[in-house]
Amino acid sequence: MTSLFEEVPAAAAEGVPVRRITVRVNGTPRTADVEPRLLLAHLLRQGFKLTGTHTGCDTTNCGACTVLVDGLPVKSCTMLAVQADGHEVTTVEGLAGPSELHPLQEGFKDEHGLQCGFCTPGMMLAAKALLAENPDPTEDEVRFALSGNLCRCTGYQNIVKSVLWAAKQMNGASADEGSAE
Amino acid sequence: MTATEPAPTTSRALDEIKIGGMGASRRRVEDNRFIRGRGHYVDDVVLPGMLHMEILRSPVAHARIVSIDTTRAWNMPGVRLVLTGEMMATRNLAWMPTLSYDTQAVLATDKVRFQGQEVACVIADDPYIAKDACEAIEVEYEQLPVIVNPTQAMAPDAPIIRDDKEGQADNVIFDWEVGDKEGTDRAFAEADHVSTIRMHYPRSHPSPLECCGSVADFDRATGKLTIYMTTQAPHIVRAAVALIAELPEHMIRIVSPDLGGGFGNKVPVYPGYVMTILASILLERPVKWIEDRSGNLISTGFGRDVYLEGELALRRDGKILAVRMHTDSDHGAFFGDAQPSKFKIGLLHSTFSCYDIPTAHLTARGVYTNKAPGGVAYRCSFRVTEAMFFQERMMQAAADELGIDQAEFRRMNFVRDDDFPHRTPFGFLTDSGQYAKCLQVGLDAIDYEGFRREQAEAAKQGRLLGIGISCMTEPLGAGNSREYDILGIKMFDSAELRVHMTGKAILRTGAKTQGQGHETTWAQIVAHELGLPADDVVVEEGDTDTAPFGMGTYASRSTPVAGAAVAMVARKIRAKARKLAAHLLEVSEEDVEWELGRFYVRSAPDRGVTIQECAMAAYSNMPDGLEPGLEANAYYDPPNLTWPFGCYIVTVEVDPMTGVWDVLRVVAVDDCGVRINPMIVEGQIMGGLTEAYAMSSMQFITFDADGNCIGSNFMDYLLPTAWETPGYELHEVVTPCPHHPIGAKGIGECATVGGPAAFVNAVMDALKQYGVRNVDMPLLPDRVHEAITQRHDVSGAPPIRTDA
Ligand code: FES
Ligand code: FES
Repeated sequence: MTSLFEEVPAAAAEGVPVRRITVRVNGTPRTADVEPRLLLAHLLRQGFKLTGTHTGCDTTNCGACTVLVDGLPVKSCTMLAVQADGHEVTTVEGLAGPSELHPLQEGFKDEHGLQCGFCTPGMMLAAKALLAENPDPTEDEVRFALSGNLCRCTGYQNIVKSVLWAAKQMNGASADEGSAE
Repeated sequence: MTATEPAPTTSRALDEIKIGGMGASRRRVEDNRFIRGRGHYVDDVVLPGMLHMEILRSPVAHARIVSIDTTRAWNMPGVRLVLTGEMMATRNLAWMPTLSYDTQAVLATDKVRFQGQEVACVIADDPYIAKDACEAIEVEYEQLPVIVNPTQAMAPDAPIIRDDKEGQADNVIFDWEVGDKEGTDRAFAEADHVSTIRMHYPRSHPSPLECCGSVADFDRATGKLTIYMTTQAPHIVRAAVALIAELPEHMIRIVSPDLGGGFGNKVPVYPGYVMTILASILLERPVKWIEDRSGNLISTGFGRDVYLEGELALRRDGKILAVRMHTDSDHGAFFGDAQPSKFKIGLLHSTFSCYDIPTAHLTARGVYTNKAPGGVAYRCSFRVTEAMFFQERMMQAAADELGIDQAEFRRMNFVRDDDFPHRTPFGFLTDSGQYAKCLQVGLDAIDYEGFRREQAEAAKQGRLLGIGISCMTEPLGAGNSREYDILGIKMFDSAELRVHMTGKAILRTGAKTQGQGHETTWAQIVAHELGLPADDVVVEEGDTDTAPFGMGTYASRSTPVAGAAVAMVARKIRAKARKLAAHLLEVSEEDVEWELGRFYVRSAPDRGVTIQECAMAAYSNMPDGLEPGLEANAYYDPPNLTWPFGCYIVTVEVDPMTGVWDVLRVVAVDDCGVRINPMIVEGQIMGGLTEAYAMSSMQFITFDADGNCIGSNFMDYLLPTAWETPGYELHEVVTPCPHHPIGAKGIGECATVGGPAAFVNAVMDALKQYGVRNVDMPLLPDRVHEAITQRHDVSGAPPIRTDA
């Protein structure tokens, strides 16, 4: 196996079980041999070099490591990599299209929804899951949906505004599409 | 056209807002990477052959180490090194100096002195193995009596925690006094009324979302040591490492990449950093340490933990005659924070600076206890948060006792607008302020009179409403170098600007952003001074190999000091560009005028050259005798601190049945002088208010009588989420700082410093009828409930063991 934390491939230590898994990450299938105890957050960060997923607590409290698994927000520090086998994972790197930003990314920038940026990927993914379910949320609904994600810099007000901005944008876009049909 | 209208101008000056200059709410350039997940934090650093370090911490608060057996750990596959204090001691590295002239154990040798102290560390192929190996280390402890607060620490028979220090006969770190004792005593003797209050500002943890970490990489071939680390002050750390590791500075490179917040937590030098350095030197491979959250919460960067007795001498009509204060601060087992060496308890004596107080006296003691090193300036400059909190709590208590309206009481004691420069009773010189106006803006915004009526109405139905005010001025931007230093290194700051041939530029400063947006605002200052579009200026910080020497970012000193250096370096560039312009325009320098982005001939305003043309000439067409190139650096030593002012007003409703209180409204009025980027300023204020709300309502770390840290994870250490965080209404007053080159003051911390008292005062206002004078923060529902039902003050001091 390849130790995820080493540049040089190393043989698995004797007695260490390894499992082969395949995860669809941001639309691309990726295969890895992992120890069963490896966290999904570490597989993404070290194994797949997708460092946009941050870890701030490793205990399911801060939300910095939030990714989408089959579209639902999951704290990837609390999911084992093997549990993601066969599933679809979206990380912050998968938010933008090839040429343009996701409305949430635009919203966070426009409404000053971030300062140090450490919570931002998790916030945007939690918000994405909310908007998929509830495209036109109220401020309270946004606050509630983001209450599993801590931010120590912004005081949340601008984060909430950013999400509402994105919702408006996305609704506007779909309304336009609707009228064009 | 009438005579009074200005003459039509031929000006071709740029529109400053359009080029992203002063006052533009320019969108942040750093966001481009953060929103894509392309920030580069310390944990994202991966070097070839990198190993991983984990730390074994003490489970007990005070114990003699009887033995450490590392055999099992050494024998685990993948383990490369196991370090203990004993091994560090053979290299003279078991202890290190702190930024406050104390010493701190890197790895414990004889004793552990707080729960969570570093006892051993393992370096292995991956962090999972390192963690397993830490668990395989067997340590035998012989427990000792534990001290968790100053009362215990100063008891005559208290065990001496720092018996490692020669000459340390008790647990006192410093015993300090400032002010005029005699004058103050006299004023108290003559007072009509003396108002007294006792409070505890609890221990709190800054908890930036990113924990601490470092990647040390010693290269035997070049002798160079590179350390990527979470630090707010890379140059100071380089100096410290040079002293500890006995390596010359030019062989040390500290890189502080993107930081996931700091708030003072990332100022001290932590043992983990030092251990990665030694391990990398020993193993000749890069070694990474990323602290886990519980390690972060129990061992790093605590703030506050100050006990206060305060007294105001008052005249019947409400005039304050004198202030007397005594504080005992709990610094834990090592005095490990950074602070100016001249002021033993930081700038605590900046208290009452916005009030006109004839005389004051402050005594302050710091003690060692069996807690992790504390006293870090958590989102404030050196204990200013405590100073302003106590000030505003004392103000409210005194107003209530005198039966004077709390707003009126403040107004009548403010330093008046025409009294500047004003010498405070403790000797600071404040330079400007519009305190009464600032308060009035807040009172109008919240409709103070209206709320008082509403409060009276509500009382008839048994509802408890309250309104709290907090006014403060805060000394930001340490230096000047005469008075402010850390470890003897004088406090000033720096900027270096290189303008390339086509007028694009790179700016580097000795500060270090942790989310404050330096990359955006520094470019705006350059745009303001030179007329180069902000988008043409790239900003880099945090690499000691490239950045000019500077003191880093904490204590809201970026804009007051580094920001000033940016303006000054831009002015140097402009001065040289003027010579180039004169050459290009073929006139003498005296005939050249400047307007934003352009030099022109005074007598013929149509004849001009842009700053970009001057830049090109600096490399392609310079006059004889002029040194080529267009670059400069500036070291800025501020003549004084800056004094931003704020007024925070909060309304709450308290449920008398449960003690739960809800915030109704928060109005903030800030005067931070000229605002470089209003959007960023407002973001800072909202973040600061949230910390204030957190501190007053839920966020504190306490310890049980055995010194166990209650709050080693985010389940027990409560931080506010989007759900409970209130909304904020922001207002401004602008009094430019008279001595700052662009009239700016600091802002990052004001709301955290001034805010807590507003929340607490609001709840205390609601509880007035119960005869309660103080409930210690955080105002947890059970404490408030106790105050209501038992009608007494509620203390938050940690419990003392009485059964032993
Ligand atoms: S790192 Fe996963 S929730 Fe904090
Ligand atoms: S922006 Fe720093 S934690 Fe949210």
